[in-house]
Amino acid sequence: MRKTSLFGGAAVAAVAIALAGATSADIGDDEELIVNGEIEMIIETAAPEHLQDRLSTIYSGWVFRSDETQAMQADDFDNPGMIFVDQGLEAFETVMGTEGQSCASCHENAESLSEVRSTYPKWDEERGLVQTVEMQIIECQTERMGAEPYGYDSQDMRNMTALISSVGRGIPVNVAIDGPAQETWEQGREIYYTRFGQLELSCANCHEDNYGNLIRADHLSQGQINGFPTYRLRNAGLVSIHNRFRGCIRDTRGETFSVGSPEFVALELYVASRGNGLTVEGPSVRN
Amino acid sequence: MTRHLMLAAGFALAATTLHADVILPDDVVTNEYGDIAQSLTGVPGDAAAGRDVMVNRGLGNCIACHQVTALEDEQFHGEVGPSLDGVGARWDEAALRGIVANAKMAFPDSIMPSFYRVSGFTRPGNAFTGRAAEGPLEPLLTAQQVEDVVAYLMTLTE
Ligand code: HEC
Ligand code: HEC
Repeated sequence: MRKTSLFGGAAVAAVAIALAGATSADIGDDEELIVNGEIEMIIETAAPEHLQDRLSTIYSGWVFRSDETQAMQADDFDNPGMIFVDQGLEAFETVMGTEGQSCASCHENAESLSEVRSTYPKWDEERGLVQTVEMQIIECQTERMGAEPYGYDSQDMRNMTALISSVGRGIPVNVAIDGPAQETWEQGREIYYTRFGQLELSCANCHEDNYGNLIRADHLSQGQINGFPTYRLRNAGLVSIHNRFRGCIRDTRGETFSVGSPEFVALELYVASRGNGLTVEGPSVRN
Repeated sequence: MTRHLMLAAGFALAATTLHADVILPDDVVTNEYGDIAQSLTGVPGDAAAGRDVMVNRGLGNCIACHQVTALEDEQFHGEVGPSLDGVGARWDEAALRGIVANAKMAFPDSIMPSFYRVSGFTRPGNAFTGRAAEGPLEPLLTAQQVEDVVAYLMTLTE
């Protein structure tokens, strides 16, 4: 039996208010991110309509990082992820497969793909499913180039997705969630709110209910994916969207889904749509 | 990704001792608030051992979410849950045992993990490997660790 449950309840409420205060103070209003002095990023904006009953404002993960980490992303010379963009560009112009073609044979230059990152995952009419950028790359390699496809989470793949993201920087994310994509989107939403693992934590528990709060030493963000692939200083390498998802579910003491699985494709579409209105930032820099 | 968040108990889950007096997770008796009146082991809790459960990433890792002034010398207290200062005065032993064992009884839908429960999970994993759990799950804390952490919480009276 409780000794003084009323008092206990009041204390919890008081702390909750104090925490809410700390949250808004932590998320600076006066910060801005302009990459290379020219690409203006939208790091904070009104939540897309489908999310408005849950969140009023959405924030890029950049907002939650330390000043030093933030600074690295503001200039390509300081952004360690840009090395991989260069490697992706080299591969883009290299012939692969039996048809004697490179990506550039069909897509002139990488800049011609600038609208890709902001609109994927996207419904593919011909195949009748929602495709991620990685799936599209694999489709080009196998069906057009007669090439051995990149592994979904391979270094080559992450270099290529970093290139495609880099040329789309500054463009607001705008993935479609209606029409034929709606069913997949709903499946992704279901996964987002499922409490996985022995710790029974959903994505929303950490990234919707507790963004801005510290969980041990980690400053929780909204778990947005507009900055992917991200360069993680801790890994000294690029991390893909599905690899990040896998890490977060593993941390619930849960059985994860695999990289490239239909579940993660659905989750990616849903999480991407929570960032509709933020700008593409990949490759971003994270701790 | 090489580092784990280790929110709760880690790899080395000490097997629940099959001691005659240990109440197994599925046999725990609670009242409507989730209070557990009876000790899970019959052995008094050791507050010093409980302190270790509170701060150790591989055990309770309670400070991942909670601030505790008495544990000020430990690094990185989280902000996800309320401060635990004074919980020993706010709740009695049975209530604290219930909250640690299965916080969802006292606080429906709480984000706080259930440290002495072994069923009812969605896609439980094999510790922090990301792979499916094999065989029956061990609770996040042993019965005695729950008693120890409750003994520690009882010392937090202000
Ligand atoms: C136990 C808490 C927890 C849960 C549950 C969790 N995450 Fe995370 N997540 C973190 C932490 C900590 C980080 C690193 C700091 C940050 O960016 O929030 C992170 C980072 C991320 C990032 C990188 C954001 C960036 O800008 O770099 C994404 C994306 C993400 N999580 C998505 C998810 C999704 C999707 C789920 C559910 C499948 C999920 N998370 C569940 C704790 C969690
Ligand atoms: C993932 C986050 C999380 C972890 C880990 C966690 N807690 Fe909690 N705890 C909470 C939250 C949030 C509450 C507030 C109740 C609620 O609204 O869910 C709470 C409430 C409590 C309370 C009641 C506090 C009061 O003032 O009434 C106690 C006692 C407590 N926790 C002890 C512990 C102990 C001991 C551990 C570790 C063995 C622990 N918690 C681990 C999130 C957590």
